[in-house]
Amino acid sequence: MEKFDVIVVGAGPAGLTAAYLLAKAGHQVVVIERGDFPGAKNVMGGVLYSWPIKEIFPDFAREAPLERHIIEQRAWILSPDSAFTIGHRSMAFDREPRNAFTVLRSRFDKWMGQKVRATGALIVPETLVEGLLRDGERIIGVRTGRAQGEIYADVVIAADGVNSALAKEAGLRQPLTPERLATAVKEIIALPAATIDARFGVAEGQGVTIELFGDSTMGAVGTGWIYTNRESLSIGVGATIRDLNDRGINPNDMLEHLKSHPAVAPLLEGGETREYMAHLIPEGGLKAMPRLSTAGMLVVGDAAMMVNSLHREGANLAMHSGQLAARAVLRAKERGDFSAPSLAYYDRLVRDSVIYQDLRKYRNMTAFFECHHQFFSLYPDLLNYAATEMLTVDGASKRRKQRVIFAEARRRRSLWQMAKDFFRAWRSVA
Amino acid sequence: MKKLSLEEKLFLDSFRPDRESHLAIKDPRICLERCTAKWCTFTCPVRTYRWDQDHITIFFEGCVECGTCPVSCEFDNIEWRYPRGGFGVTFKYG
Repeated sequence: MEKFDVIVVGAGPAGLTAAYLLAKAGHQVVVIERGDFPGAKNVMGGVLYSWPIKEIFPDFAREAPLERHIIEQRAWILSPDSAFTIGHRSMAFDREPRNAFTVLRSRFDKWMGQKVRATGALIVPETLVEGLLRDGERIIGVRTGRAQGEIYADVVIAADGVNSALAKEAGLRQPLTPERLATAVKEIIALPAATIDARFGVAEGQGVTIELFGDSTMGAVGTGWIYTNRESLSIGVGATIRDLNDRGINPNDMLEHLKSHPAVAPLLEGGETREYMAHLIPEGGLKAMPRLSTAGMLVVGDAAMMVNSLHREGANLAMHSGQLAARAVLRAKERGDFSAPSLAYYDRLVRDSVIYQDLRKYRNMTAFFECHHQFFSLYPDLLNYAATEMLTVDGASKRRKQRVIFAEARRRRSLWQMAKDFFRAWRSVA
Repeated sequence: MKKLSLEEKLFLDSFRPDRESHLAIKDPRICLERCTAKWCTFTCPVRTYRWDQDHITIFFEGCVECGTCPVSCEFDNIEWRYPRGGFGVTFKYG
């Protein structure tokens, strides 16, 4: 019988962080990963914040396979043929320690896996966990797809991602609903580094992010993005499954729609697609967060729905949950107590953390936008219409143009409705 | 840039398909008799599900393992799991 101190299911940022910290503290840790190597199945939009990874791997900025550090963040509000753009560039983001980097997860997670291996933890790839092993209520291990594949441990850390079968089997989470999940698709488009530098107005190693609202999702609740990597762009788009269903949208068609937008296409010109991928994003926030622990098991990262989609934070929150899970396991180990009340210390740590505080702040946001589609088509269109109108010099006075713009806005939505929409939108994120 | 078809895009990804599908329709009669929308035939990012006269055909070999389909199906009629360890898609970039 194989017995370890800790089983981590899933080699992503959450699981590998927990594994690293626990193995470094002297525990026997096994990480079970269904892909050929850590990162083989892992996808994200592409931005990784340096907190809290710099606490875990202080030398990561020198060692890890990072793409570009982000010095400028842009937001584009699209109508079908226009873009209203805002952005922020600061040299504060150019100085060390740097705030955020683009990464390619297949490479980045592989590196994290190497760091974990160096601590003496065992990573078992190409192995799917098929279920939990229990002794009464308590979880005592996992059953893998391999022959004699039962593995036992004091505690299981479920880091098995957004589709977490383990959180579901343990009875910790409700079934996933189409309102609370976004399907995101992404392409890696190769371009020479010098071309990217010139097109985005940056020097070598510096990067830009663009978030794309409005026509990017064909009116569905969601966003698109373009992130600069060293020698490629990550371009993607995601929308709730509810809206894909209701509007009959295929995600790949949505991505092609975005790629052909007149403000986007020139950035991609001459590029070559290298990879196409899809991934679910847990958008349910705090309201979809499961109970985080039970006797013998903790849930971390995407499996626990820890994503702040407005600020595109996920991998960093996952790592932080891995840190907190490791702390809770160390405490349980000291006490020799892996019961539900003992491991509930992890729930309390998360509750006191920035993960919970930020998800709480935005807890009503997804539900708000789901029933206010005007923010994804009507308002982006009106904003672009207003800008085009004001910037067109045609002999009409500016005051007259303002009147025409207000009349058009009021024709499409009443002032009272608009006031309510923006007040409620502000409240949902305030 | 040159527009690629979905098939051409999937050709860029690397797959190691298992012999048997990891995806299944629980009850084909529901697709035939009750489901009119057939959401799975378009919400899947790689169009794994195709309606073929009177049943759904599953092209599991190109599945990128996202998890959209079981949530999209309004009748909860898709049996979804990951491919066995070592099978399925491997991302070079991710």
